[in-house]
Amino acid sequence: MRSDPNAAPLSLKIAAIGGLLFLHLPILLIFLYAFTTEERTYAFPPPGLTLKWFAAAWERPDVWQALSLSLQVAFAATALAMILGTLISAAMAQARFFGREQISLLIILPIALPGVITGMSLRSAFGLMDIPFSTLTIILGHATFCIVIVYNNAVARFRRLSGGVLEASADLGANAFQTFWHILLPNLGTALLAGGMLAFALSFDEVIVTTFTAGQQATLPIWMLEELIRPRQRPVTNVVAMVVFAATFFPILLAYYLTRNGSETAGSGK
Amino acid sequence: MTAILPAKSIADRLTTLFWRKPKLLLALLITPPLLWLGVIYLGSLAALLLQSFYSIDEFSGMVVREFTLKTYGELLRPQNYDIILRTLTMSAAVTIGSVILAFPIAYYAARYAKGRWKAVFYLGIMLPLWSSYLVKVYAWKLILAKEGILTWAVTQTHTNFLLDAALALPGIGGNSLSTSYIGMFLVFTYVWLPFMILPMQAALERVPTSMLEASQDLGATSSQTFRTVIVPLALPGIIAGSIFTFSLTMGDYIIPQIVGNSANFIGMAVYQLQGTAGNTPLAAAFAVIPIVIMLIYLSLAKRAGAFDAL
Repeated sequence: MRSDPNAAPLSLKIAAIGGLLFLHLPILLIFLYAFTTEERTYAFPPPGLTLKWFAAAWERPDVWQALSLSLQVAFAATALAMILGTLISAAMAQARFFGREQISLLIILPIALPGVITGMSLRSAFGLMDIPFSTLTIILGHATFCIVIVYNNAVARFRRLSGGVLEASADLGANAFQTFWHILLPNLGTALLAGGMLAFALSFDEVIVTTFTAGQQATLPIWMLEELIRPRQRPVTNVVAMVVFAATFFPILLAYYLTRNGSETAGSGK
Repeated sequence: MTAILPAKSIADRLTTLFWRKPKLLLALLITPPLLWLGVIYLGSLAALLLQSFYSIDEFSGMVVREFTLKTYGELLRPQNYDIILRTLTMSAAVTIGSVILAFPIAYYAARYAKGRWKAVFYLGIMLPLWSSYLVKVYAWKLILAKEGILTWAVTQTHTNFLLDAALALPGIGGNSLSTSYIGMFLVFTYVWLPFMILPMQAALERVPTSMLEASQDLGATSSQTFRTVIVPLALPGIIAGSIFTFSLTMGDYIIPQIVGNSANFIGMAVYQLQGTAGNTPLAAAFAVIPIVIMLIYLSLAKRAGAFDAL
């Protein structure tokens, strides 16, 4: 007989908390290494701490170029995904129609299949049609796998939203556009914003599809990948890793706070 | 009559039209996203499939745009066959490793975490899931490096012999952790672990407490309850999680490139063949393998009820 069936066994508690620490401690290490005085190796513990790598990273034009490309791509892909994702979630929420199941499969496919397939497919298509690589081809790829993120968030909110408010608005004489602007959008707002945040984080960080669609241009993750394979400036890479982490961390946290009170919370599926 | 009503704007007229023909509104909503996904995504997949039936001219190195099965035949060559086998073994190992590590976290979060702790567990699983993939891989490079934190930790605790013993294992050992299969396995498991925890937790949350109590009342020990009640009920969630861990490991080419002994994997083969080697048809044929395997895997998972757990 156990004394209290509602208390977890100690071994389970230790394993669960140990598991959470396993998920988080490696990331914290990145922050420590951004300040190390050691230039050539990954020596631990760091021989000393310094702030000079932040200045060194600040003065690197290639880092700034990569950052600006990453931001451009992430904003454009997020905007496209938000428009397309909202449209398709509105359609999927309002009616049952022929081919609905197939369409929902089509939406999740870009993220269900490994990224290397999406990347290789896009590359084959660009190759067959002789489309040159550019910022546009990167955005094209990113928007495709970001649609599902916005869709997931928006469709959950649509399901919760009662059709009554839309009918009431119509009864009171509003036309379809007024209903959309004054009733639907305020209700969907936080879900769309959360979806957009997550899509931004996903696009900003994406590397697998991007390597296939980028040509000679480097986004920040591609810049980092090159440094990982052929390290030249380890301390600068440490600083960039911290920036990339922060650029994805805050949108995710915000998405969580925007939707935490609802029945559906953003981020429970990637 | 017309004199009483105000003149109708275009917006009002469209509203009437949508009211009379709801299918029209549906079509307007769904056409742009469907065109995007249908043309860009499905079109690209079709292009991939088409490329895999082309071949490369061995003398000129140019792609011959004629239908042939020769490229698929090349997959059966020993060195290519090895790549496929190695990738599948790694994917299976990572999936099993994730199940073992994920279970206590998912079980605790589903059954015991309340209030504040529930939020801690939720964020604690979600943040690593979404945070930068490349930064996570980079962090592990720092950990596994020969002069890194892990070596430091075993030296401090005088457990070097454990690390040396692990590295001396035939086949999966190596010079250092960052150049061995063990290191690669660790990084893969770390990166995909949250994808296993979430569906597992969702499935465990749906196991009614009354069933566990009934099992106990009927005299089952806690290990019997675990084996005969909890695991079977959590199985759909475990299978749903395994879809992610298996598929993501199978397609990854960044981790084997950065950690490991430069042995080839499917993702790496695709990347190298289309890039430096310029053999797009063979790269496409390699990329078709994960698609076929995942389609089979998904249909089996669907039969096991895994999609209800997502």
